[in-house]
Amino acid sequence: MSRKLLICLALILIIPGLLLTVSCAQKDLQVDFSKAEQERLAMDKDTERGFAGKQEILKAKESVASDRFLNEDIYFDYDKFILKKEFFSVLERKAEWLLNNPGVSVTIEGHCDERGTNAYNIALGNRRAESVKMFMIDLGIDPNRLKNNKLWRGTTC
Amino acid sequence: MSPYVTTTYESICNHNYLWYKILQIRINKVIIFIIFIVFWAFPLICTQSVDYININDPFLRKIPIAVPYFKSIDEGSFSTQVSKNASKKLYDALDFTGYFKLIDHKAFIDDPTKRGMVAKEINFSNWTGIGAELLIIGGVKVNGDKVVMELKLFDTLKERMLVGKKYKGSIEDLRKIIHRFCGEVMFQLIGNRGIFGSKIAFVLANSGLKEIYICDFDGRDLKQFTNYNSISITPAWSSDGKWLAFTTFKEGKPDIFIKHLEKNRWAQIAKKGINISPAWVPGQFKLSASLSFSGDSEIYLLTGMGKIIKKLTIRRGIDVSPSWSPDGKKFAFVSRRSGSPQIYICNYQSGKIERLTYNGNYNQEPSWSPKGDKIAFTGMKEEKLDIYVIGIDGNELTQLTCDSGDNESPSWSPDGSLIVFSSTREGSSKICMMTAYGKNQRRLFYLPGEQSNPQWSPAVFR
Repeated sequence: MSRKLLICLALILIIPGLLLTVSCAQKDLQVDFSKAEQERLAMDKDTERGFAGKQEILKAKESVASDRFLNEDIYFDYDKFILKKEFFSVLERKAEWLLNNPGVSVTIEGHCDERGTNAYNIALGNRRAESVKMFMIDLGIDPNRLKNNKLWRGTTC
Repeated sequence: MSPYVTTTYESICNHNYLWYKILQIRINKVIIFIIFIVFWAFPLICTQSVDYININDPFLRKIPIAVPYFKSIDEGSFSTQVSKNASKKLYDALDFTGYFKLIDHKAFIDDPTKRGMVAKEINFSNWTGIGAELLIIGGVKVNGDKVVMELKLFDTLKERMLVGKKYKGSIEDLRKIIHRFCGEVMFQLIGNRGIFGSKIAFVLANSGLKEIYICDFDGRDLKQFTNYNSISITPAWSSDGKWLAFTTFKEGKPDIFIKHLEKNRWAQIAKKGINISPAWVPGQFKLSASLSFSGDSEIYLLTGMGKIIKKLTIRRGIDVSPSWSPDGKKFAFVSRRSGSPQIYICNYQSGKIERLTYNGNYNQEPSWSPKGDKIAFTGMKEEKLDIYVIGIDGNELTQLTCDSGDNESPSWSPDGSLIVFSSTREGSSKICMMTAYGKNQRRLFYLPGEQSNPQWSPAVFR
């Protein structure tokens, strides 16, 4: 009777003790783990931030380049479709952007101002777009990426 | 001096004097007789071939005409209203041409509604007395929504009928009937229908889109022709007035569309590059247009279904805006071959090209008069656009508009008497009209927004 009782008591005392110590150990481990995780995460975040930072800088640069690409216009003299020398560098930059972004196709729009008449202005605008297209092809851009069929908006051609 | 001699001398003198007097009387009589003959015979000689309207300068003298209210065959008030309405429409239509001086009703001393409609029942002196050289009387019979109208044109001086027609139709076709009769009147007086039966196509801009609309020559009966939610411009009428060719961006780039006015038939010229400014060859189902598929904008001749027949211009430089002579033997076009846009004339048979305009450095949009002798065009001077007219030999350059905004896109009426054009004289671009000599410049209709590119159709009754 007393032996049985002793065994029961032991079991009652030891097993929970074991359990508790095990869990404590785990806890510790967990703590360690999480700390490591945190440290690692922190490191990652830094890298990420760093990486992100770099990405952002890159994105910012790219967006400037894209904006410039899209918004820098080429101007022609009145009733002329010959490219002016001062715009050569603008087109060179555009060509560079296109070479750096190989998946992109563009449409070249040729415009004229309000003066003058419809049919002639469409023809002139088309010649201007052609001048730009020829220049870009000479700089190595694949002609298939350049479309110069433009939609003429409003009263300006 | 002996008295005998004196007497003899005197008697001789008297005798001579007497003879002289008799001779003088005889001569006077002869002169009077000749004057008398000439005075009466001359008008008789002249009336054998009278020109009612001087087609060389028709607005020099407007022919006075009286258009009294029409007679209503039934006495009903509706019938009377219709007949009054019809006579008013006729009055307005003839007034529009600019050929006639319409005599005010207040000056009338006769009322044809109380008389018969045949020559012998008309008291022509009541009309010549107020200065009318022509008279139109009408009789209208209304039957429900149908109308029967009899219209007659009389020469009041010769007291005879020149044109007599009877029309049957519905009341809503009243305007069409009146215009048809006016066409007959013009045919009698100038040998062609004038502006009657003709329409004007033009471009209406709305929120950045441009569509083509059609109206009658007087700006009425407006209808939308294109509805592509895009930009459609430069309309051009075929000689039979049944097809309209135009430049459209509906597929994303400038192509030419050829569309029948009533039937669902169409063709297109959609080569790579730009396809613009169509112009039909008179009397044929062919047109010319400026196409750039070869790398340079050149003018080509094509069938009405858009198939290329022949290349018409070769020289490098933008070639656009062809316009054919009425005999189809030559065409005018705009070319930049000399460094600035100028108008040239090409002989279709020989291919020979001659420059027409030398004034200024911007001459565009030639429109060859249906009379064949002149070309109207848009010219720029000190950054202002104005309508000019030049003889086909390059002489008699005349500026028709001046100090009234930008004026462009001239187009002749089918009889060559009027020019329709667009003008920014009132701010935004509107359709205006003037005589071939630049007189009576006025707006054609009142629509909001911008209207441009007017093109006058041939006179055709559909």
